[in-house]
Amino acid sequence: MVELFIARYVYLMIVVLLIIGLYGMLGKRNLLKKLIGMNIFQTAIFLFFIEGATKAGGSVPVIDQQLGMAAAQYVNPLPHVLILTGIVVGLALTGVALAFILVIYRAYNTLDDKAIMKEMSK
Amino acid sequence: MSSLSILILAPLLLASFLATLVGIWRLTWAYIITIIGIALSLAAASAGLFRVLQEGTLRHYLGGWPPPFGIEYVLDHLSAFMAIIIVFIGFVIVIYPPGAGLYHVPRKGVPMYGLVLLLISGLIGVVVTGDLFNLFVFLEIYSLASYALITLGGNRAVVASFRYLVLGTIAGGFYLLGIGFIYFSTGTLNMADAAQLLPALYSSPTVVAAAALIVIGMGIKLALFPLHVWLPDAHSYAPPVIAAILAAVQIEVAGYVIVRMMLTVFRPEYFIEILPITSAIGWVAAAGIIFGSLMAIAQKDFKRMLAYSTVAQVAYVGLGIGLANPLGLIGGLLHILNHAFMKSCLFLIAGGIRFQTGLHEVSQFAGLGRKMPLMMTAFTVAALSMVGIPPTCGFFSKWYLILGSVEAGNWVFVAVILTSSLLTAVYFFRILEKLFAAPPNDDEAVTKATEPSPKIVVPILVLAIGILVLGLINALIVTRVLWPVVALLPTG
Repeated sequence: MVELFIARYVYLMIVVLLIIGLYGMLGKRNLLKKLIGMNIFQTAIFLFFIEGATKAGGSVPVIDQQLGMAAAQYVNPLPHVLILTGIVVGLALTGVALAFILVIYRAYNTLDDKAIMKEMSK
Repeated sequence: MSSLSILILAPLLLASFLATLVGIWRLTWAYIITIIGIALSLAAASAGLFRVLQEGTLRHYLGGWPPPFGIEYVLDHLSAFMAIIIVFIGFVIVIYPPGAGLYHVPRKGVPMYGLVLLLISGLIGVVVTGDLFNLFVFLEIYSLASYALITLGGNRAVVASFRYLVLGTIAGGFYLLGIGFIYFSTGTLNMADAAQLLPALYSSPTVVAAAALIVIGMGIKLALFPLHVWLPDAHSYAPPVIAAILAAVQIEVAGYVIVRMMLTVFRPEYFIEILPITSAIGWVAAAGIIFGSLMAIAQKDFKRMLAYSTVAQVAYVGLGIGLANPLGLIGGLLHILNHAFMKSCLFLIAGGIRFQTGLHEVSQFAGLGRKMPLMMTAFTVAALSMVGIPPTCGFFSKWYLILGSVEAGNWVFVAVILTSSLLTAVYFFRILEKLFAAPPNDDEAVTKATEPSPKIVVPILVLAIGILVLGLINALIVTRVLWPVVALLPTG
């Protein structure tokens, strides 16, 4: 049992990060903290893809004469490419969210979720 | 091989880029580019539906790379059906004047046409792609465009949109995790290829987690009760046209993703028997139908009432998925089409009333019926269709859902559908009574009200006539387009 956890420790870390991110997004009252939680959540997903692509002793995925054509010799490049796209999406989301936070702060002078709700129901 | 699937998408993406650039300089030119882009896309979508009906599924390999290595765009009955609804509603939304649809015309720098086009192209991308990761990218494109568009409604809308952004990101993240699980267990991202490889792995916990994550993520996007919390605020604070397109097609696309997962990526039996996903969706949807209808009755603001009504109406789509028999799923899919027409018509009417009189609360509408006869006739048609009175189209989707529930032997669902029709009647007949029967009060806004300009009335009438026409041709849609989609499902 313990060996299984040690062998999979990266995935456990990712699960911990996912939970921290979800807690930040849903449990925190400050909008900026929600946004930070969102970033942690996304990063955890990115790490999950990167971890899935690694191979012990794998080389850069450019065909090398010495290593030959065996796929097992190279790190899987596809998840990296997917996550590159994922990072761009995450960046766009963060940018849009920061712009919203700016507008909200100017309008309500606070970033506290409850205070904004109170102000909005007036 | 046919490139029609990409031809639906290409004009929209190109036009969104051009309209944003030109819009900085001249708004009229951006408008013309938008109309041309959507019209071309509508032509391609119609041709696509026609070809699919003649020849069956059309596939396009992007860049000439065959799947499973390249990205493939697939136009089958289901995606052609969805694509034409999306582009048509998009077209009506764009011709509706922004003065009424967005409360006021935004400054020149605001790329409203570019964003609307990006929203529509994201939705189209989701329905035509045959690649799981490509679907995620389009999902985020349309989500980002909708977050930005909702904020055109003012400060409250920004707060609502931020909430939606946080929950929408959780939904997107769950979907991405889900396809990560599928990719690491099968090594493919192509839907058809994954469908070949997945059955051998059905008992693996990774695949179980993948299915669950994707369905929960899309449940948030579909606003299935109890994951609907973001919807009422976002849809009631968004400007009327934006609320119209969000309620009419944007959330339903998430329902499409669930159906696609159930029918194409996984086998239907997996969602029905091995994992109890469909029955879970069905019961949750049944609760959502009742909850949404009850909340709609309690609302005073017209648009907020419509937003809660959306919670109930998308749950019908969920109910169709939950029944998972051919008749039930036909009801659910037909309801996507019908709801698109009904709800966008109602939101555009809300925008027209607000523009013409400044009124937005139901109680203030007394006596408006005689002042705006054309618009209120359209409202009556849409309201009757929401309740489900023949020959309007709303009757037929409920009819198929009831047939599906009877076939499944689930009498609770039959009771839920009938009760919800009664509740819907309560909140719409209340407005109809105000409009036509209640004595007009001395409110200046009502006594001076007149029919809005044809620019506002025509799109609304097009949708209202559409509701009647769809009711008349529903048998044709069901037999030609929807039966091939549900043919895979087990009967009885």
